Amino acid sequence: MSFPWAKHYAPKNPFMRWMDEKLPLPRLVYNAVGAGYPVPRNLNYFWNFGVLAGVALTIQIVTGIVLAMHYAANAGVAFDSVEHIMRDVNGGWFLRYAHATGASMFFIVVYIHIFRGLFYGSYKAPREMVWLLGVVIFLLMMATAFMGYVLPWGQMSFWGAQVITGFFSAIPGVGETIRIWLLGGYAPDDAALNRFFSLHYLLPFVIAAVIVLHIWALHIPGSSNPTGVDVKGEQDTVPFHPYYTAKDGFGVGIFLLIFASILFFAPNALGHPDNYIPANPLQTPAEIVPEWYFWPFYAILRSFTFNFLFIPAKLWGVLAMFGSILLLFFLPWLDASPVRSGNYRPKFRVAFWILVVDVLVLGYCGGSPAHPGYVITAQIAAIYYFAHFLIILPWISRSERTKPLPNSITEAVLAKHGGTSPAQSALA
Amino acid sequence: MVRTLAGLVGIGFVLALACALWTSVAGVITSPPDHLIGDSKYHLAPKPLHLASDGVFGKFDRRQVQRGFQVFTEVCSACHSLKEVSFRDLQEIGYNEAEVKAIAKNWKIEQPSINPDTGEAATRPNLPSDHFPSPFANEVAARAANNNALPPDLSLMAKAREGGAPYIYSILTGYQQPSAALKKDFPDFTVPQGLNFNPYFPTMNIAMAQQLKTEGQVEYTDGTRPTVDQMAQDVSAFLVWAAEPKLEARHQYGFMAIIFLIIASGLAYGAYREVWADVKH
Repeated sequence: MSFPWAKHYAPKNPFMRWMDEKLPLPRLVYNAVGAGYPVPRNLNYFWNFGVLAGVALTIQIVTGIVLAMHYAANAGVAFDSVEHIMRDVNGGWFLRYAHATGASMFFIVVYIHIFRGLFYGSYKAPREMVWLLGVVIFLLMMATAFMGYVLPWGQMSFWGAQVITGFFSAIPGVGETIRIWLLGGYAPDDAALNRFFSLHYLLPFVIAAVIVLHIWALHIPGSSNPTGVDVKGEQDTVPFHPYYTAKDGFGVGIFLLIFASILFFAPNALGHPDNYIPANPLQTPAEIVPEWYFWPFYAILRSFTFNFLFIPAKLWGVLAMFGSILLLFFLPWLDASPVRSGNYRPKFRVAFWILVVDVLVLGYCGGSPAHPGYVITAQIAAIYYFAHFLIILPWISRSERTKPLPNSITEAVLAKHGGTSPAQSALA
Repeated sequence: MVRTLAGLVGIGFVLALACALWTSVAGVITSPPDHLIGDSKYHLAPKPLHLASDGVFGKFDRRQVQRGFQVFTEVCSACHSLKEVSFRDLQEIGYNEAEVKAIAKNWKIEQPSINPDTGEAATRPNLPSDHFPSPFANEVAARAANNNALPPDLSLMAKAREGGAPYIYSILTGYQQPSAALKKDFPDFTVPQGLNFNPYFPTMNIAMAQQLKTEGQVEYTDGTRPTVDQMAQDVSAFLVWAAEPKLEARHQYGFMAIIFLIIASGLAYGAYREVWADVKH
């Protein structure tokens, strides 16, 4: 963001001056994440999660590329090639566990990042494009993760692929034809595995490109902050470097600590034992469940058991499952409140926390067998989920009385530190 | 416009869900769900098993894993393959190069090969670089020899079942008669033909007959008393190693990584506080 008081890139080193003239990449970095990008001073730790998502993606790409040197994407040998990596490749066990744990860490970090956006109104004007690109990134992540999980060709890989690709057959008329075309066969087999490997290698780079757009779109208006009040002057901001590079450094340390704890000491805790059984198209597992980060959506999918309005329940489930993510695209226009931050919106805050609990309940039901108790709970939770975004939020945002906003970020910071008079307005 | 459409879509989904919810609740009220096999109160949770490899600082008890390998060799390998493991991997559990060469050469099942003169299918003695060969030529042969049941490969068994090593130990030592309570609740219950009752198995009727039956079935070379319980524990420990041969390295590197990251994060926190020291936020 070109706030007028932003520091300017002024290289002194002759080589850097030459670079700046020929290919101003250092200038770009300086203005994006260096001292040339002013950021509100009052960001809390929830603002660390964007960078952590970038770190997680980098880890996935690096471990994934090295894994791809040893993995064989052929149905007859895929499972054995993964065991070869685990046992014979030097450090192969580390790469495999890092990649599997990394996927879970990526989703944990992105979910917190999304919920930060929901609470603080980061999706509101003028940052709608940042939010839309973010939803695109999330969809790409889900596709990448799904295809990646198929690659080891275990029981869950195969049967998960069977379930997910089965969604396409829900499309009336052409659904089955589309499904067979996408799979390259009548059921997940060699053709599907090979193309999933190809796309799984491709999509992370598409994600990286969309992240560039996501950050670019953010840097036009600049970062939001926990009060939701716009930046008014120089005293509201600090340069990204060194202030937020230091804070993000600490955040990355904690992230890696959690990552390492899982990787080295509980690497299979987030996985399913059935995926250590080689895929068998003739033997269905007792329960088919996706990885934990898909559980809320799986619960929504399984909640639709009635042919409402003569539309088959299966089609309702598929539409609702995709709809539950696609409705996020419309959030900037559903939530009409001019107040951004949930800190100043009491009714919205209540609805938000109910949503958090609701998504956790949906997740728990999604990972459980489809027994009546879980199904009924998921149905109630799914009702709230759709009602929250499509009925409750639009209504609350138009009818609630918000708390008075601080006049500026500086005012909010000073109020927090106990000083309110102009004489105490020194922030340093 | 967005709001109206969104509201309609929302109402659509909510109504579809409400109908589904109604039918679910009605279904539960009119025909309460049966106990499903996994939830059956007669299906038992695995017995506790404490191995040296448990926990954050776990290491393999090499003597126990070697005993377990002996049980595998003499009891299990007749029907179960171990195809992800190579003979040379046995050096990790304390056998030296010569011992491994001997184990491979003397392994009862030979490695599939080709007769160098005629080109016909043949077999050759195993080398340390070979993976453990399967006792059966293919699935059909395996099923034919085992009453149509397929003995699963054991390389990953400790990771491929809910409950891991305790589950394996419980199955091996869990063969028993159905309990009196079960016979009272289900007086007509008979064990299906060809299966064996084992309450630790998910369907409670397992195709494998009891294999560890008598004390002394395997004669341990290190003098440990080969009770059925001991043999079951040892083979479970062996299978944990077979599934996770890199466990010790993982724990060691993990310990170093955590220590490093705690120190690095501490320093990073210090740097963060230093940078922000003069700035109210």
